[in-house]
Amino acid sequence: MLIRRPTDILPSEITVPELYHDRRRFLAQSTALALAAALPAGVARAAGQSLGPLAKSPYSVSETPTSYKAVTTYNNFYELGTDKADPAENTTRLRPAPWTLRVEGLVNKPRTFSIEELLKLAPLEERIYRMRCVEGWSMVIPWVGFPLASLLKLVEPQGSAKYVEFVSHYDKSTMTRGVLDWPYNEGLRIDEARHPLTLLAVGLYGQVLPVQNGAPIRLVVPWKYGFKGAKSLVTLRLTEKQPITAWMKAGPSEYGFYSNVNPEVDHPRWSQATERRIGEFSKRKTLMFNGYADQVASMYTGMDLRRFF
Amino acid sequence: MTPTNQQLGAIKTVLFVLCLLPAFLLWRGLEMDALGANPIEALTRATGEWTLRFLLITLTVTPLRKYTGWHWLVRLRRMLGLFAFAYGVTHLLTYVWLDQFFDWQAIAKDILKRPFITVGFAALVLMTPLAATSFNAAIRRLGGRRWQALHRAIYPIAVLGCVHFWWLVKKDITQPLIYAAITATLLGLRAWWREQERRKQLTGGYLPAHGPTGKIIRIFQSH
Repeated sequence: MLIRRPTDILPSEITVPELYHDRRRFLAQSTALALAAALPAGVARAAGQSLGPLAKSPYSVSETPTSYKAVTTYNNFYELGTDKADPAENTTRLRPAPWTLRVEGLVNKPRTFSIEELLKLAPLEERIYRMRCVEGWSMVIPWVGFPLASLLKLVEPQGSAKYVEFVSHYDKSTMTRGVLDWPYNEGLRIDEARHPLTLLAVGLYGQVLPVQNGAPIRLVVPWKYGFKGAKSLVTLRLTEKQPITAWMKAGPSEYGFYSNVNPEVDHPRWSQATERRIGEFSKRKTLMFNGYADQVASMYTGMDLRRFF
Repeated sequence: MTPTNQQLGAIKTVLFVLCLLPAFLLWRGLEMDALGANPIEALTRATGEWTLRFLLITLTVTPLRKYTGWHWLVRLRRMLGLFAFAYGVTHLLTYVWLDQFFDWQAIAKDILKRPFITVGFAALVLMTPLAATSFNAAIRRLGGRRWQALHRAIYPIAVLGCVHFWWLVKKDITQPLIYAAITATLLGLRAWWREQERRKQLTGGYLPAHGPTGKIIRIFQSH
């Protein structure tokens, strides 16, 4: 077996995915454009379509993004299949349009947003974030989205709201049955939800979010394990009590409410000290809070992170 | 239906090539970057699954022989068992080399601390003496009875293999469940035969003299 260690290719010599995906993208976009011309506005939002000019963000990391192909063909989205290659193959199981997101619970202005309203709710930004999966692999993903805080401000959470629960779309007739207690749900403490790093993503690589990555709108919390980022959101619920998430129900000893990336707290069955960055050969050390400790550690001062894993 | 020695040679050659096919396809996939976004994981997973499959195929030889009467099938068993071991070694190498990159400290910790790795490692360790005593001289030296007793270790090995798979899966246990069910059937059959044999001896008091179960067959060709 011949496995070559990475040679000394300068980062500047690496063809960026934007370029080498261009041919396919051109084909996809011209088809999408032709469709867009034929259909009323708002209906033709398909994966691969550009989201227009995006604001850069100081929260972006400078690491090289994982290839578009890897980001869109290797991920977990159990509703579309439990193998990591499944979601990209089963995109027809979820129709991302039309779409609405209901925000309810302990808020002064409960409201149902259409996806079109959500796209105009705040300036769309590109956020290049690290993504660390609880299984021990990681990526760097250029998300497109806006801070969850902008949405929360509009609905005016009440003082008693301590947590936000996120509920994903679930359709029994087309999606995976069993495995987890559907619909998929996740939760954040209200301060975590309001944190400027917490993103509602509507795209990646400058384009409309592909179905397999959680179209049309999903949560991204870069300092927590990837599964906290609930996909294809239909409901946000502000609550006083800590929500019990799908993974907490599935394995209370293995998945806690916080699920912050922490190299010192192992998963009961495997180590979390290192990770394999997709596209790299050697493993790298996992960073505390996935490298976002400076921004988020203060939210957990005084907490025993072994207990609140 | 009993093939001649020449025919058996041809069958063995075909089987040998077939058994190498998964390895060849994985090698090609690796070279052509066709194993997905995480080729090391794909390789680890595939070699592990093939180890388990070959173990189960090896365990299928005896039931198949009993129910078809094709006693020559047993002559293929050694090759199948050795392939199970070869895929197992490749699986371990993938983990040690590609996954951990010879980080012996991390590997030792994994073996001690991670039950699924402990179990998998134990299974491979148990397979080693079986592979080492697979040649004719070893069978002669040990004597058929002792050799057979030693090689019954394949039963716990198969069970450990299933447990290894079961414990590493995050949530969807469909796949390990299928392997476990097949293993249970193959081992259950043997337990059932034993029970029948015991009852026969208790009630009839005679030993089975004829029929496929009683036929003495040579498991290797003596020259």
